[in-house]
Amino acid sequence: MRTRSWQVITPLGFAVVIAAVWFSPAVGQQGAPQPAPAPRTAALPPSTFPAYRAPRLNGHPDLNGVWQSFVTANIDLEDHEAQAGPYTELIGAYSGWPPGQSIVEGGVLPYKPEALAKKKQNAANRIKADVSNDKNWHNLGDPEMKCYMPGVPRATYMPYPFQIVQGTSPYILIAYEYATTTRTIRMDWKQEAPTDTWMGWSIGHWEGETLVVDVTGQREETWFDRAGNYHSDQLHVVERYTPLSPYHMMYEATIDDPKVYTRPWKISFPLYRRMEKNVQLLEYKCVPFTEELLYGKFKKGAS
Amino acid sequence: MTWRWLSSIVLAAVAAIVMSSALVAQTAKTAASKAAAPKAAVAKATSTAEKAYAKKTPWGDPDLQGVWNDATSTPLQRPAGKGETVSGDEVNLFEEQLANDLSRDRRDGGPEVDVNRAYNEHWMDARRLKITNDHRTSLVVDPPDGRLPPTVPISAERQKIRAERQAAAARFNAGMPNVATELSLPIRCIIRTDSPPYLPTIYNNDFQIYQSPGFVVIAPEMIHSARIIPLDGRPHIGPTLKQWLGDTRGHFEGNTLVIDTTNFRSDDGTVYQGANPETYKITERFTRVADDTINYEFTINDPTTWTKPWTAVIPWTKIDPKEQMYEYMCHEDNFDIVHLLTGARAREKNPALNLTKPQTQR
Repeated sequence: MRTRSWQVITPLGFAVVIAAVWFSPAVGQQGAPQPAPAPRTAALPPSTFPAYRAPRLNGHPDLNGVWQSFVTANIDLEDHEAQAGPYTELIGAYSGWPPGQSIVEGGVLPYKPEALAKKKQNAANRIKADVSNDKNWHNLGDPEMKCYMPGVPRATYMPYPFQIVQGTSPYILIAYEYATTTRTIRMDWKQEAPTDTWMGWSIGHWEGETLVVDVTGQREETWFDRAGNYHSDQLHVVERYTPLSPYHMMYEATIDDPKVYTRPWKISFPLYRRMEKNVQLLEYKCVPFTEELLYGKFKKGAS
Repeated sequence: MTWRWLSSIVLAAVAAIVMSSALVAQTAKTAASKAAAPKAAVAKATSTAEKAYAKKTPWGDPDLQGVWNDATSTPLQRPAGKGETVSGDEVNLFEEQLANDLSRDRRDGGPEVDVNRAYNEHWMDARRLKITNDHRTSLVVDPPDGRLPPTVPISAERQKIRAERQAAAARFNAGMPNVATELSLPIRCIIRTDSPPYLPTIYNNDFQIYQSPGFVVIAPEMIHSARIIPLDGRPHIGPTLKQWLGDTRGHFEGNTLVIDTTNFRSDDGTVYQGANPETYKITERFTRVADDTINYEFTINDPTTWTKPWTAVIPWTKIDPKEQMYEYMCHEDNFDIVHLLTGARAREKNPALNLTKPQTQR
């Protein structure tokens, strides 16, 4: 019971303080009080949030909660116009994909010229799949379309919520609704990735308000988005989770992959706390949605 | 029943072997840890442990965090002729007999049977060869005879579903599956050992428990799912919202985490074998009884399947902290599902390829 009231009251307290600061004419306007101050928060980019110190858990910022991004980077990390997704001739605007702005610092991914060709090929083949040969199993198609685990950082900007479970053990769990994927962040861990996995090997540490996670050992088959942006087995991701308010967290990731890109590059976007009273991750097991696509041609009676 | 369930897991495991080097590495790791025999205090077969381990989280909940393993060779149901426990020389005899039954590293039965065992000791969790520390002869503690209660007659509709399942299983056993969707949920990589009740299998018996204020989360090794359990007394999700792993709510009763799970989907295999998702209720209790032991107790009540509720107790042992639980992927490289189906299509064209023995051979 103590816990619950602490959980509720602390964020509320912070919210009140922040609201008081934001809406205070003295701070916000530096002049005579305005009759109806504009909702300034909407106009402020997140980097100008007032300095925020998150509630503590075991001496560190408490990141527990259900979070979600609202960028459209899962369609394309870079600038993208509204576009027809697959089979609009069959399902119309159900298959329309919304536009969005690049989340990449500088706007454009620094591909090596030869690697850019592979990206374009990926995009052209994104809704194809052929699993008839084990060796070529992963050659075609966006892994998301096949319901594969998405890897990092893609999991963070897929249009599904995820929950951070932070306690006192050296492990922080991130559970993603998409494909019921999970990953464990091992805090202050020394061991290197023992093998490549779909969600990689995450080692975390705290830098003040920020949870910094170093991710290596990711399977090379994951993509960054539906546009075919991709990486090699040399992928190295450093994520930074920084609380901005009780309800917002800044997410930044630096991506280094010398096989594919000419230099490291960075993405950033805010995460939003899901505030529904009954919010919880539901089960999104998408394997059944792929079985006809992947295995249909091997069923009885198929030509 | 255990064996039937186990053999489906075995087959799933066969499928899994081929799947990935990640899996190979991880399973090898598990196998390599056979030295980690539990030195736990004896796990009591009751839900009220007198010597409850008293460690608390800073927010006041009993602390269950860590990586745990539930492997044991003690069968779910008591073998005929055995008492509640074994003692003296019988302990080793019983353990050896069970280990021998489970062992795949054997050559009896001829080459074909040997090959049909498909894979050997290397894959198995070595902890799977030990009986529970309290020397019980069954995981079931109620009914007191250690056996599942008698079943009740089932509806014509359920009989039909069972017959369809049996037909699909027979096709599978003959190497002749029609379509991916008739394969079992573990083979399809939809659920594996993450659906309650948690029962020991031949490998990957690890569970990682995470806690945060207001939540306990249990992550079973197979398949990378997290059972996120709110402790704040909120109601279950709406009754029309069904999930393969159900919907779990929990609370602490003293040192015991008590959870109940509802909202299971009706697909075959989502609830304990043969039960009816419409009437099935499962309550699980987790009590830390020593630094390295949790008593896991579950009670299943399904009046349209069994004449009365039944309860089992399985000790969970904390594994060496140097050992880790690694990602278990499945669907991403499910080569075997293609092999099973292409094999069936090849046999349709050429009956000479037909299996001479069913592939469920244990």
